[in-house]
Amino acid sequence: MPQTTLSKKSEYLNAGSFSRVTPFNLELARYDLKLKRDKTTTLQVNVGLHCNQACRHCHLNAGPGRVENMQPDTLDAVVDYASRVRFGTVDITGGAPELNPHITDLIERLSPLTSTLLFRSNLSALNDGKHDQLMSLLTDHRVVVLASFPAINASQTNSQRGSGIFDVSIDALRKMNALGYGRQGSGLQLNLVSNPTGAFLPPSQDQTEKRFRKVLKDKWGVFFNNLYSFANVPLGRFRQWLVRSNNLDMYLEKLAAGFNPCAVSSVMCRTLVSVSWDGILFDCDFNLAAGIPMGGRKIHVSEMTGPPGEGAPIVTADHCYTCTAGSGFT
Amino acid sequence: METYYKPEDLLKFGEVGKEAPELAKKFFDYYAAVFAEGDLSEREKSLIALAVAHAIQCPYCIDAHTQSCLEKGSNPAEMTEAIHVATAIRGGASLVHGVQMRNISEKLSM
Repeated sequence: MPQTTLSKKSEYLNAGSFSRVTPFNLELARYDLKLKRDKTTTLQVNVGLHCNQACRHCHLNAGPGRVENMQPDTLDAVVDYASRVRFGTVDITGGAPELNPHITDLIERLSPLTSTLLFRSNLSALNDGKHDQLMSLLTDHRVVVLASFPAINASQTNSQRGSGIFDVSIDALRKMNALGYGRQGSGLQLNLVSNPTGAFLPPSQDQTEKRFRKVLKDKWGVFFNNLYSFANVPLGRFRQWLVRSNNLDMYLEKLAAGFNPCAVSSVMCRTLVSVSWDGILFDCDFNLAAGIPMGGRKIHVSEMTGPPGEGAPIVTADHCYTCTAGSGFT
Repeated sequence: METYYKPEDLLKFGEVGKEAPELAKKFFDYYAAVFAEGDLSEREKSLIALAVAHAIQCPYCIDAHTQSCLEKGSNPAEMTEAIHVATAIRGGASLVHGVQMRNISEKLSM
């Protein structure tokens, strides 16, 4: 497949008012830092933008109306790539990956090619009554599940993710616990991902994990292994909401004010390569959402003979402040 | 419209140290130490601060501590409960003085 030069600036750059924040690359230069790729250890596979939910913080603008889904030929190319490179971690995401019709095939083929297979779930797609077999498959292959669970409070969860999602999520977590997920000694990891339910930064990960662990156990009898607390990325539907609510500049300034030069060395884009539903490579899922391909030009996964080159520069934009605010984004 | 309270002034708080930097440093160091994790969590301290901010009706404090409560992981239901605690104490402080009224009234009345 021919390499295509990036012909247009990402559309997100035009959304919203002009920000007063210093461009990210200039902020890096101020500290004499350059963002370059390290050894790539993780392959992230975005199997599509189709989702049963339309979360207000979604940086990909995924939702029920999106039809983009990874097709079998691209899926084959991804599996071939994972076979050639043998990444330590393969991370399946979406949209709702449950809704890609080829998802079981992908899990079965990727599982033997990596030591850690991750599956990101919004919980409601997994618990829609049609995916019990997928739950069993995840269990059989000892796939690590990363479940979106923003708050231990129904109104905040539902305002971010949709009406009724909190109850469905609790029910899904209980089912996963019944399969052994999140239970001590089972080896089946169930990790929660919590994003703030608005234009503010996330609380301390350690404190949040302690609180969620206690409340989920005491109130609903739910168990999990780890919790990751991530800031929302000002892209996609979340950026549109920031613009509409007149919060964009304030939010970007807040992220930029939290710039931590020490976090730059450990941002995920240095060790991860993300493949979109149509097989194009990106430095991370956020550059994928922004339409900024790896190296600034579209390269198809089938063209890759090995991992991305160490030392290659990473294209940045203002959303990169999300990953360098405070202690960083892993 | 001109107003004594401007949201952007909150960001200028540090400027009060210009004429008395040593006192300002002592205050801000103390302030940071008060809000650090202790036997009470940072989240709990932010909820107390939010309640006090409403009791003293300080717009700057309400703005700052609403944000800090959200960023420490509290939700609007918890924050509303905290404000009701402040309201109950303020209301109770008025009402309990009714005992003085009763004492004086009883003393003066037949």
